[in-house]
Amino acid sequence: MATLNPAVESATASHHGRKGVWSWMTTTDHKRIGLLYGVSSLLFFLVGGVEALLIRLQLAAADGTVLSADAYNQMFTMHATTMVFLVIMPAAAAFTNYLLPILLGARDVAFPRLNALSYWIYIFGGLFLTISFFVGGAPDGGWFGYAPLSTQVTEIVRMDYWALGVQILGLASLLSAINFITTVFTMRAPGMTLMRMPVFAWMATVVAFLLLFSLPIIAVGLFEVFLDRNLGTLFFDAAAGGTPLLWQHLFWLFGHPEVYILILPAMGIVSEVLPVFSRKPLFGRSFVIFSGIAIGFMGFGVWAHHMFVAGLGPVAEATFALTTMLIAVPTGVKIFNWIGTVWGGSVRLATPMLFSLGFIAMFVIGGLSGVTHSIVPSDTQQHDTYYIVAHFHYVLFGGAVFGLFGGIYYWWPKITGKLLNEGLGKLHFWLMLIGFNLTFAPMHILGLRGMPRRTYRYPKGLGFEFWNFIATVGSLTIAVSILIFLINAWRTKARGRVAGNDPWDGRTLEWSISSPPPEHNFDVVPVVHAEDDFWHRKYREDEEGRPVPIPGGGDPLVAGPDDPPIHLPSPSFYPILAAFGMFLTVLGLVYVPLGLVLAGVGVVTVVWGLFGWSMEPLTREEH
Amino acid sequence: MSEAIDRPHPTPRDYILIAVILFAITAAEVAVTYVDALDSARAPMLIVMSAAKFLLVVGWYMHLRFDRPAYRNLFLIGLVLTPVLFGAVLLSFGLLIGN
Amino acid sequence: MAVLDHTEHAGHPDLGNVRKIAMWAFLGSECLFFGTLISTFLLYHNTTGDGPTAKEIFSIPFTSVSSFVLLMSSLTMVLAHHAAGRKDWRQMRVWLLATAGLGLVFLSGQAYEFTTFVHEGLTVTTSPFGSAFFVLTSFHGGHVAIGVLMLLATTFMSFGGKLHEGQGMNVELVGLYWHFVDIVWIVIFTVVYLLQV
Ligand SMILES: [Cu+2]
Repeated sequence: MATLNPAVESATASHHGRKGVWSWMTTTDHKRIGLLYGVSSLLFFLVGGVEALLIRLQLAAADGTVLSADAYNQMFTMHATTMVFLVIMPAAAAFTNYLLPILLGARDVAFPRLNALSYWIYIFGGLFLTISFFVGGAPDGGWFGYAPLSTQVTEIVRMDYWALGVQILGLASLLSAINFITTVFTMRAPGMTLMRMPVFAWMATVVAFLLLFSLPIIAVGLFEVFLDRNLGTLFFDAAAGGTPLLWQHLFWLFGHPEVYILILPAMGIVSEVLPVFSRKPLFGRSFVIFSGIAIGFMGFGVWAHHMFVAGLGPVAEATFALTTMLIAVPTGVKIFNWIGTVWGGSVRLATPMLFSLGFIAMFVIGGLSGVTHSIVPSDTQQHDTYYIVAHFHYVLFGGAVFGLFGGIYYWWPKITGKLLNEGLGKLHFWLMLIGFNLTFAPMHILGLRGMPRRTYRYPKGLGFEFWNFIATVGSLTIAVSILIFLINAWRTKARGRVAGNDPWDGRTLEWSISSPPPEHNFDVVPVVHAEDDFWHRKYREDEEGRPVPIPGGGDPLVAGPDDPPIHLPSPSFYPILAAFGMFLTVLGLVYVPLGLVLAGVGVVTVVWGLFGWSMEPLTREEH
Repeated sequence: MSEAIDRPHPTPRDYILIAVILFAITAAEVAVTYVDALDSARAPMLIVMSAAKFLLVVGWYMHLRFDRPAYRNLFLIGLVLTPVLFGAVLLSFGLLIGN
Repeated sequence: MAVLDHTEHAGHPDLGNVRKIAMWAFLGSECLFFGTLISTFLLYHNTTGDGPTAKEIFSIPFTSVSSFVLLMSSLTMVLAHHAAGRKDWRQMRVWLLATAGLGLVFLSGQAYEFTTFVHEGLTVTTSPFGSAFFVLTSFHGGHVAIGVLMLLATTFMSFGGKLHEGQGMNVELVGLYWHFVDIVWIVIFTVVYLLQV
């Protein structure tokens, strides 16, 4: 590409050819950090998937012998902890990191080094949780760590790994939430008003706010669990007058907003994909945005629906039953808007579109089974049965994971420059859809028949055998579909079709730049004039409102000689150093009192990292 | 850099005056706890006085009165959410009723 | 602290300063953090088991004095900020050090108070009341300690001429954090101490 601006050339040249492990360890480029998040979450997805398969193999037939009771407890705890904290949240962070600045027309996030710190804390937190398997057993008290189960057994360190691991993963998310909020507030391109922001950017913002205000609550709860276990405090000790119910409140005050933290990014992705593949603007765009904000606020007011069997009393139960019914309204608004977007559009059923449509269908089922929980007597019946397992997998797998895969197929060409194979992509989608429904639809029946969750085996003759067998077949089908995705990714690397800047005829700014984007994202900071600005650059409307291409409208903007110089964040070693210090700290804290030495070394390392960080020059010498 | 866009700040005289008021309220708070006659009115009085101190520090020392609304809103969400959520939690424990 | 990033000189005067936005968002989050700790305390304020109660153990005169010390540290902090605004670096350093000193006095007071309570039979393991009290006030004390470190670091860095351009903002950010820690104590003093005796 011919560039007239010497600033662009120097920015490109000085960052060109930075390769090798060291450059990844010190990177502050939001796109590289996004890629690191993406690859890491995919690896943990495979780990969490293997855990799920072991659970399903154990339950395939009555009196299963694949796992011991102890191993089973570790599997269901780690499957959930992995999928929630190490897969879906970081996968959403991958998309947000990579795309948010580009969607806003910016060259990076507000705090590039803080961004790197978030990633490294996340990866060390994931490592920390995973090594517990090899040192006496993984956490086994459920991903929700209900007290007093999580606080009682003090001689085994398993739940210490859980409490501290989730604690630092939360810190990573808190830092990136602050970073994203600041980015949205201050880094938007000229003309990019809040209401012109792409819906994905909006949903990422709502998620950042949910993280900001829900994580501190669970942080305190986790400290209290850890102190009960290690210092002898009595927060959740019923014998001394403490109440385990407090833990349930603290956990679900975080836990329900967390559900929206997991689903809103997928909703944002779907809101980007549907208009492109329907060649229509998003129907009722402002309603989608405002219902997202409404979900964010209301998400803080429904937590006790997880505690209907705890004996909260009729007033609390009636209140939370009502709020739970109400929160279905903004969610329903979104679904109508998505359907309205597809309605009457010229629909292309490419793989991203298939996953998005799959998302809508599966999420509707999960949402409806969710509303049934707002009926307190009915919820009491379903509580702790496989009906609940079915419900939240329809939301988190049928919803979040389908949406995220839609995003992977949609943005893969932008990120790698090559298009994933459509045939294999469609095969992946259909196999995953069939496998998913085979796995989780039967669990509704199993649950209503009374099969309890978190029980490692069931006897013959209770009517559980057939549907459990089907569910196991379904889970293996999902595994095959994931294998096809991996093959597709591998093949594309060598033989994929070159994508070009704008393979899907996109509407938002990321399609206006090269694939993969240059390190500085935009040669010229775009000036935004409308929603879906890039679309309006490419097309005008004729009298009947049909789009007519503008010749050359989609060409990249080229910098002139007068454009201001480009500042890119310098690489830094200190984020990974500080994150490693945190890893040492929590590892030491597991083995109090002897481990305190290691924890001390960790704290010193953190301080060293932060001190070096604050003394580091702002930009590299050549600027 | 932000000094340039902020509206004029209070002067050191204002700051010292506020410190005197903060001191006076604190003294009043402590005094109230020693007056037995105020038993039933004590809690609301203490809460009002503590809120006044809180607002003085946030509004003047932290410049929230003079600064951009975006800062105020970020802080206010957290500040409002906290008593609402935990009011509900404590209510469900029956603490705020009849106590 | 001095998280200086490249965006500072890019200048996006849209909704305010990058680092101030981040600080206010963080403080909004901290509201929930301390809210959770204070609520835990309120839940257990009467759950004293066989251990001492709040009435038996709190010494209001003593705590009033340390509260006063922390309140006055907010005054010295805001004067440091004011001096930084006038680029009067010498005055700024004096007030920063005064603030750190008052913070250290407060922390010593807390250490003394804790020792006394332990001698009188209240520890974290005595009762849920003891657990909640010590954990809440320790987290607050930890925040004060981090604040003192940041004050000292800011003073120290103000001697390096290189960082002068960001100086005012450094002091302002440390100030916001410091005042926040102070208002948390305003709440703790009323809710945890005065309302319980
Ligand atoms: Cu919920």
